[in-house]
Order: sequence, then structure tokens, then C-alpha cells
Amino acid sequence: MTDESIFVIDHSRCIGCQACVQACEECGTHRGRSMIHLDEIDHGPSGTRQTAPTVCMHCTDPTCAEVCPADAIKQNEEGVVQSALKPRCIACSNCVIACPFGVPKMMSEIDLMMKCDLCLDRTSVGSKPMCASVCPSEALWYGTPDEFAASRSGPLGNGFVFGNQDVTTKVRVVLDETPGPLDVLSGRLAPPRWLDDPFGLEEAR
Amino acid sequence: MARLPLPDDALIDRYGPHRNDAPPDGWQAVEVFDRQVKTHCCFCGQQCGIILNVADDKVVGFEPRYDFPFNEGKLCPKGVKRYLQDNHPDRLLDPLVRTDAGFAPTTWDDALDRTVGELRRIQAAHGPDAVAVYGGASLTTEKAYLLGKLARLGLGTRHIDYNGRLCMVSAGVGYKKAFGVDRAPNPWSDIRETDVVFVIGANVAECAPITTSYIWRARDHGAKLIVADPRVTPIARTADMFLGLRPGTDSALLSAMLHHVVARGMVDHDFVAAHTEGFEAAIEAVEQQTPTWAAAITGVPAARIEEAAEMWGSAATGMLLHARGLEHQSKGVVNVSAAINLALASGRIGKPGCGPNMITGQGNGQGGREHGQKCDQLPGGRNLADPQHRAEVSAVWGCDPDDLPAPGYSAYEIMEAIERGEIKGLLSICFNPLISLPDTARTRAALEKLEHFTVIDFFLSESARHADVVLAGSLHEEDEGVVASAEGRVVKINAAVPPPGNARSDTEIIVDIGRRLGAERYFPFETNREVFEELRRASAGGVVDYAGISWERLEAEDGIFWPCPSEDHPGTPRLFEDLTFPTPSGRARFVPTPWRPPAEETDHDYPTWFTTGRVVSQYLSGEQTRRIGKLVDQYPEPLCEIHPRFAEFLGVTSGDVVRVTSRRGSIELPARVTATIRPDTVFIPYHWGGRKAANQLTNPVLDPESKIPEYKVCAVRVERVRAGGPVTDERDVSVTTPSDGSGAADPPDATGARSTAEAAGSEQSPPDGGMSGDPGDASAPEEEPRA
Repeated sequence: MTDESIFVIDHSRCIGCQACVQACEECGTHRGRSMIHLDEIDHGPSGTRQTAPTVCMHCTDPTCAEVCPADAIKQNEEGVVQSALKPRCIACSNCVIACPFGVPKMMSEIDLMMKCDLCLDRTSVGSKPMCASVCPSEALWYGTPDEFAASRSGPLGNGFVFGNQDVTTKVRVVLDETPGPLDVLSGRLAPPRWLDDPFGLEEAR
Repeated sequence: MARLPLPDDALIDRYGPHRNDAPPDGWQAVEVFDRQVKTHCCFCGQQCGIILNVADDKVVGFEPRYDFPFNEGKLCPKGVKRYLQDNHPDRLLDPLVRTDAGFAPTTWDDALDRTVGELRRIQAAHGPDAVAVYGGASLTTEKAYLLGKLARLGLGTRHIDYNGRLCMVSAGVGYKKAFGVDRAPNPWSDIRETDVVFVIGANVAECAPITTSYIWRARDHGAKLIVADPRVTPIARTADMFLGLRPGTDSALLSAMLHHVVARGMVDHDFVAAHTEGFEAAIEAVEQQTPTWAAAITGVPAARIEEAAEMWGSAATGMLLHARGLEHQSKGVVNVSAAINLALASGRIGKPGCGPNMITGQGNGQGGREHGQKCDQLPGGRNLADPQHRAEVSAVWGCDPDDLPAPGYSAYEIMEAIERGEIKGLLSICFNPLISLPDTARTRAALEKLEHFTVIDFFLSESARHADVVLAGSLHEEDEGVVASAEGRVVKINAAVPPPGNARSDTEIIVDIGRRLGAERYFPFETNREVFEELRRASAGGVVDYAGISWERLEAEDGIFWPCPSEDHPGTPRLFEDLTFPTPSGRARFVPTPWRPPAEETDHDYPTWFTTGRVVSQYLSGEQTRRIGKLVDQYPEPLCEIHPRFAEFLGVTSGDVVRVTSRRGSIELPARVTATIRPDTVFIPYHWGGRKAANQLTNPVLDPESKIPEYKVCAVRVERVRAGGPVTDERDVSVTTPSDGSGAADPPDATGARSTAEAAGSEQSPPDGGMSGDPGDASAPEEEPRA
């Protein structure tokens, strides 16, 4: 287990630079097209925002594949969920709608759903995914659990609760110290307290 | 006459900037290349290792360079897409001369004869100093060295300076005053080890992105992070303390922190007594600069200043990182001294995880300022005014010390001398003053007064459009040499491809000009390696000693930190480990930091603070990065950042066009309403030219010691002009959305009801921080629909 490399996302490290978005285009299975989503999310009452990258989480039981009426989405032996098979995909967007993480992208100009495949062209030959290679802040990271333990901090989680749906993923995220799966809809957030009022507008001088 | 031969639009049609969107053979599923070249990225002072993939003498892609210790494969978006500057449709393939019908290709003999003939004619008529040379800190160190030699011994002019004058000189002066040497004292690995990281005036995430990983690693073992900036920069989002100071007030903040460190008894008195001088005078200077006093100046609550000072003062180790936010001021040197004083008082120097450190900006921002293209400097970091230093370099060059001119004007002073008519001829390389100098209108008028202007460049920059002769030089990947990174690590740049067409290497061009000027004996070089070998000898014995560095060692050892005085010397990753300093007394020096306001302050007519900076997808004047399509898409045009409260006051929502006016000029551009900027301040990035140039507004007042312009603070007036289209959202631009209406979110124009209401009561004062208002949805980004 410890020899197997894992993909880790630590959203709190993201600086929104888009190196991952730019690098994803360089991945051989979808050159010229980026599969990464980079979102801005609310970050406390001040109105400031945090950027957050999303790669495919590679669910153990992938919702995208379960809802596909054409059986076009396949998971390989390592648990990597791949882009829809071109001969099968009917471009219905069921997967786009159903994915709890919002990962699949419908490429309407070619009528094909494409998504992050964990850089199979690279990881299958022992290299690292492009995004996790270049990420300047190590918000996206790839390596063994031992390497993670030696250089990084924070508990890793791969269980998520989306309302009534429990999801387990191949990709890990760095959690805060609260035990248990990440309740995505809870809005739990512990920003530094200055962030409520970054410029001290309400604070007595 | 350095006027435009054709209107800008016609020149842009022909020479760009155009976009390069794809590799030479398109986005093939399998990237085919015949060789891979280990080198470094050209787009900032961190000098990340990168591997360029080459096919048929074209750069077709890249591969992360996992084996280079600084970045271990990491790259920012500029690094990822840097390969697309090669094979570019705008690439200059021939030397050009201006004609009435625009620029015309010519032969190298014709072009160089014109350049040399005109520069000599001007010097014959008006004296040797009527000609000036502009260099740049993205050049390799060999080229920077050659350019200094060309000015002094080829042209015999006093006036050579470089665009690092707009970058590193305040830090350079400050560190020389304190430590006697102009280099970041620590290797970046020290950041990982430290207990508190204090970042002031440095947008690390956008201007030195890889440094982020070092800071996060420090936090992994519990280090605190303090960020001081007028904007909540990306790295500040999770900081332990944020000090959102007013532009131009850095020294007040730092002095108050020093005041508080002293008041709380957090001074390392043993270190101060044994290894420093000037402490008492520095403390006396901050005696009245209390946190309460500084709160009024900086706009940062006193309690936060005190808490930050205690966070810094109570830690066992600490790294203080600063960049242009601190230094681009008319008191840039004072600000730097205030930062160094705070570090010295805590004993933070010469030890692991301890030090004040500048974050060098340009690709060779460190190496480019070491070996003689500065107006007062000779190789080895020597002083052009020092008779001993002149003699040492003259001995290597084989000239009489009296042949070396006296120190000349700094970069902006050269432009002022051109404006006065004192300097009439200019040779420029790696410098785009029409975008990078403050007060664009004045720069343009000055350029038009030149009798002769030659530019060495690979694209026709905005400034090169004014040239009489354009010499098609080399891109970063077309030549070899060394650069020194922000850490002071000298690394080797390797050529991946030859210059295309009739373009030549910059080195060949400079050598050719030197020979044609009749200085053959000073320019015997056939290769960059020969230049480097002479540079080594010329640097020997100087503060910046490269004598022990060879190209082979650089490759074998992943670079070498200078000083490296002999071949068996390992280099010097961390300076001052023995706590002696190359100052006259051997001690580090405190420098008093009395408060001085910015040169221009807000008033009734110009009530808002203005500051400038960079975005992560663009590099400096944008000559390269505005030609790379994917980087353009990421941030297509300058936006004016406005706080929601100020925006509400102005009646502005994101995308509306605003006019920002200073005493120098005016710019109209879309607003970007964001809660990450102070309500009394607006920000515009500076990478664009013409009517989009932020430097139309900036104040060309110089720091009296470093001669750096005050880019980071002046006074402006902001007005709403008209409603605009949706502001381009630079994030997640390539998402293709389902078109079947099956529940996808609304398209971007649903971002919200745009208020078209005009600002009521323009007589009101703009927000000052006490104003109430909802910092809410005006800044809602246009989120791409996600199913």
C-alpha cells in the first residue's frame, strides 16, 4: 500500500495560478484541452474568496458510470475512471449532471464527455500527473503515503457525504482536524479571524 | 528621428503582438521530439528548472524537470506555456531599418553600419556621453557583462543602466548598507525550516509562485505566516495575520513593529552587541513610531501591528521576505532598511531559517546586477568610482584605468536626459521603457526626440517601434550562458534551438558592434564560454566572486551559490554564517528609518491611492507573454481592482468601464470589484502598453539613493464612465457547457443585475475605511456553469 502513489488535494494551499489548468492541456490523452476545474468559493463574510482546483476524484463506485445510459464510462484495474468511450458516448450529459464533484466536461464540438484520467499516459509509466507535477503550491500533489508523511501535514480523507450520498474516492483531500468524512454541504470553515474584516474597517483604531 | 514610421495599428498588424496558440504541429496526441534540453524557465528570478522538447530545431513542448532541486518539476502557468514563445509568427527574422513605409529588412552589414555610424556621428558632434546604453536583467550574465564593457570601452560613454533599476536596486542599496553585499542571504530551503514567515510587499503567489511551496512546507511544521500588503494576495488568504496597509506606508509599519519588539524586550541583545553597529540610532529613530502612531499612517489597527510584532519577535527563527511592494517607492531603501533592522534586532541572520530576504523579480535579476551593466558598477560587484576597483578590472581588460568613464545616469535619469536633449543616441536591449517606465506620455515624447535609436530584440516591442534600426537578436532558448537566481544560485542556461532566419545571438551582435566601434582587442570572443571565462577572472577578488565557477560545475552541481572564489570552493548557499560581514567594521549595520510620506499623497482632487503590480500569467512588459495565447486568455486585459464599498460609492459593478486619472495621465478600463483590496486604494497591473498602460498614471519620482521610481503609490481620481460587457473571467475559461438546457446553470450574463445607477453625490468623499456598506455580491465572479 505504501508503495502505491496517491493523488492528494489540499484546497487551502491553492493560489489560483492556473498552472494546473495550463499543464492539463499538455497531457497526452487530451492535448490542447484542460480537464481541470478551478473555482472560486466564498471564504468568510468579508467577501474574499478561495480558489479550489478539482481533478477527477476517481470514485470507488463512480456515479458518472452508474448513470451512463450507454455504458461508455469505464474504470481500469487501478480504479482510474476514464473519459467516455468515443464509440459509445451519446453526449447526453447525464454524467456531467450526476457527478457530485462536477468533474466531467461535455466537449460539444466533438460530442464526447472527457474528464481527468489521472494522466494515464504518465502514471502508467511511473511518472507523475502533469498538474501535480507543476503545481507551485503543492495543492495538487502525487506521491507515496510515506513521502506525504515525511514532508506534509494534515489528515487525509477520501470519504464524502453529499446529502444522502456517501462517496469514497481514490483521490485524497487534506482535511482539517475534525474526524470523519467531509460533510461537503455543512459549510464548515475555520478561516483565520482577521479574514472577517481584512482591512480592519470595523475594528477600533 | 525616433518617431513611429507607421501608426501603431499598422505596426501591430505586421509585428504583433499576435497570439501563438498551439505547438508547431498542433495538439497532436503524441508529442514527437528528437531531443530534450535541460535548462531553466525565462520568466522570473526563481529560475525553475525545465526540460524543453525539441523537434527539427523547433521547441515543441516541455517536460517537468524533477531533478532540479529548487522546483522539483514545479512550474507556474508562464513556465508551462513558455515553449509557445518559440516558432512565433511575430519573431523577427532579419535586421530592420525604418523607412517612410515602415520597417524594411536589410543586411547585417547595413544595419550595423547604420547603428555604429550614427552613434559615432552623435558622439563626434556632442561628446561621448551623448550616447547611452540600456540593458536588461533577463539577459544572461555574459551578455550583461559584455554590455558594460561595450559601453565603457566600445562607446566610451558614462551612461549605461538597465531595467533592474526598476526592480532590485532599492533592495540592493539596502542590503549593501546593512551587510556590504547585494544578495539574498539565504537559500530558499531555509524558508521551509523557519518558525515564522513574514511576507511584506511581495505577491508571492503571482510573482514568485514556486516560493509558495516553501512557505507552505514551513507551515506544515507549524510556522506562522504574516502577510502585509494593500491587497489580500492569494498567499494571504490563510495567513495567521494579515496587515492590510495603505500603499507607501511600509516603513511606518516595520518601524512600529521594531518599536514593539523593543518595548516587549524581544531584542537579541547578545547578537546586537557582538555583531552589529548603529542599533541605538535605529531605536532612537523609531522611538516615536509607536503602533498607535503607525495605525493612523498605515490604516492597520494597532493591535494587529502589536500581535504581528510579537509573532515575529517570540519565534525562535524567522524569515522576512520582501519584494517590489516595499521597494518601488521613493523611500524604497528606507523600507528595506526597516525590514533589515527588524530582522537584525531579533538576531535573524547567518543561521538556518533566519534572514531578511529580497525576492528577485527578473529572470536574471540577480546575475544581471552583478557584473557591470549598472551605471556605477564594474564586474564582481565592484564600484566604478573606486580607484582600486577600476585598477583591478582594467588589469583584466588590458586597458588604462583612465580609459574607464565615470559613473553615469541611472535608467530613468537617462530618459530624462534624452528628454532634455542631452542624450541623443540610444542602444537598447532587453528593455521596453514605453511600458516599464513611469509616466508613459513623457517617455514616448522623450523617445521621439532621439536622433538615433537602435534596439536589439526578438519581437518588435512597443519601444522598438520607435527605433531607427532593429537588430534581430536571440530568445532565451536560442543562446547559452549563466544566470543567478533569487537565491544567489548561479545556473546554466542551455540553447535548445538556433536563432531562426537571419536572427543572430545577442552575444554575437554585441561583439560585432564592439568590433565595428574599433574596439576589436576588447571583443575577441567567438563564444559565450569565452565571455564567461573572462567574466570569472574579472570577478575574482570582488564581493561577487565567480572565480571558482565553471559551466561544467554548474551542470554537475545543480548550480553554485556565489561567492565561489576557487574551483575547490563549494559555493556559499547561506551568507554570513560566521557572523562577519563585508562592511568596513565587519559588523552588520542598523540604518535609522525616520518616517517619510510618499512623494504624492491623496488630496481633494485626487482622493484615492493607486498601486500597480503583476498578474501570474504575464511577465514584466508582456513582450513575450502577451504573445502566448493561453496566457493572454488567463488575464486578457488590465482590470482596475476596486473594493465593493468604493464601487458602491462610484455606482460601479464588475465590468463597468472606469476612468482613473492622475496628475500624469488617464486610463479607461473595466472594473473588477473585489473585496481583496483596501477600500481607499485601486490597483491596475502594468503589463500592457498604449492606452492600456498603467504607467500612464504612475509618478516618476525616484528614491534618492536607489533611483527606483515610485510605482507603488500615487494619488488618483476614479470615475465611472459607462456600463461594460461582462468582465472577462480569467478562471476556468475552457469549460464547454451542455447546450441541451438540462439543468445547467445560467450562462455568465446571469451574474446579476447590473446596477446602472450613477453614483449619487459625486461631492462625497470616497470610502475611508469607516464607511458602512455591504461588501457583498457586487464582486460575484462569473462562475462557469457546473452541472
